[in-house]
Amino acid sequence: MDDFLLRAALAGTGLILATAPLGCFVVWRRMAYFGDATGHAAILGVAIAVVLSLPLIVGVLATTVVFGALLFALTREGTSADTVLGVLSHALLAIGLVGVALAPGPRIDLEGLLFGDILAVRQMDVWLIWAGGAAVAAIIAARWNALLTATLGDDLARAGGIDPARDTALLTGLLALTVALALKMVGALLISALLIIPAAAARPFARSPEGMVALTAVLGLTSVLGGLGLSFVIDSPAGPSIIVAAAAMYAAARVAQAAR
Amino acid sequence: MSLAALEDVTLRRNGEAVLDAVSLSVDAGEIVTLVGPNGSGKTTLVRTLLGAVPPDSGRVTRRPGLRVGYVPQRLSIDPTLPMTVGRFLRLPNRHPWDAIHTALEDAGLPDVADRPLAALSGGQLQRALLARALIGDPELLILDEPTAGLDQPGAAAFYRRIETLRDSRGCAVLLVSHDLHVVMAASDRVICLNGHVCCEGTPAVVASAPAYRALFGDGTGGALALYRHEHGGHRHEHPHPHHHETANG
Repeated sequence: MDDFLLRAALAGTGLILATAPLGCFVVWRRMAYFGDATGHAAILGVAIAVVLSLPLIVGVLATTVVFGALLFALTREGTSADTVLGVLSHALLAIGLVGVALAPGPRIDLEGLLFGDILAVRQMDVWLIWAGGAAVAAIIAARWNALLTATLGDDLARAGGIDPARDTALLTGLLALTVALALKMVGALLISALLIIPAAAARPFARSPEGMVALTAVLGLTSVLGGLGLSFVIDSPAGPSIIVAAAAMYAAARVAQAAR
Repeated sequence: MSLAALEDVTLRRNGEAVLDAVSLSVDAGEIVTLVGPNGSGKTTLVRTLLGAVPPDSGRVTRRPGLRVGYVPQRLSIDPTLPMTVGRFLRLPNRHPWDAIHTALEDAGLPDVADRPLAALSGGQLQRALLARALIGDPELLILDEPTAGLDQPGAAAFYRRIETLRDSRGCAVLLVSHDLHVVMAASDRVICLNGHVCCEGTPAVVASAPAYRALFGDGTGGALALYRHEHGGHRHEHPHPHHHETANG
């Protein structure tokens, strides 16, 4: 097997550590748009990193964290979060694309940015993704019960002595980190698909929150490996191929659910 | 000493007073009902009393170490979250299963610990929320419109259960409701809220107070009749102190 494919498979596995638990929370808390907007912010992060000659991951992480905080502040009031997120998500995408086009120096590979680029995954990235993925998984595990309680509702959380805003902020921060880690694998446009689709496919078969995370991890890993295999065999772009594999499993899950 | 109290509490939102110089207290073992039209600040008052919202002025006091059980208006649980009733009751603290089963029985919902939350009916979900509030053996049980999706017999049965719980566990109850017909029967004291406290007293006193009638109309005369008819003398079964028996509308 080629080295780059092995590195991509390893990186994808590390990524699933973060996307499986986080994706479940994104689905449970209806944060799909949130994931989209954060992904789009990452494009602007690349442009900023190029302008300032920073390592890409630093520019991307700084931008996603800042925009995550901004989104968190803007949507906390809750009233028309859907519209605010819709506006921000696409505004960020447009601003990012303009920023990338205007950035000085060699042209930035826009396709790789939007859809992922497995050739760009280096040994260093694999370590980074594993470290980041493990950190996200560990933080979620440590606050598991509090996060679940906050997901049941703000009032119930407060009655249990939990500050729901703090846990929402924590998830927002972890989402920003995961988006930054996933950018090279699946690209800015499809990151939230990697979060949502495996979790949605796992839902009909799960009896407990933990079971759903475990099944989401299995389905996510199958998506990554299946997508990379597909990409290798038919020479399709890797990021979209991973999401195609995930979508196929989602379809199969729904058919299996209907047949029961 | 009262369990929890508001003293002259004012809370503004966008410049308008949602709560205007509101004072109220809940004493041990009594059932206090808060009635008022939509937008009268009932939920805000409860959240202020719980400490979730700081008031702009006035004082909120809770007895130190007070154990509060809270039943929210509804549970906005997403159907994508798979969770059994038992697990729901063990969040965020892993209470022993004995306590879970006792709470479920007291709430009138035995033998459902293994069922998914999503499979419960509206009334069962409400009792699951009640069970959840009972686990910590609360001294004060706060229920915010607990019978909102229930029909009238269902609501009446729910309130009878609350009354039974008060008698068996000795906890105080603060009820927020607009189901006046059924609530009044179980209440020791009714507080009528419309931004400010309009009137306050026993169910009979409040129902005949001009301020209450101005808010809810004369149609509620029927509520009083029902109260008298079905529960005449009922309150005297409980040796609880009854004060505030004045309408100051």
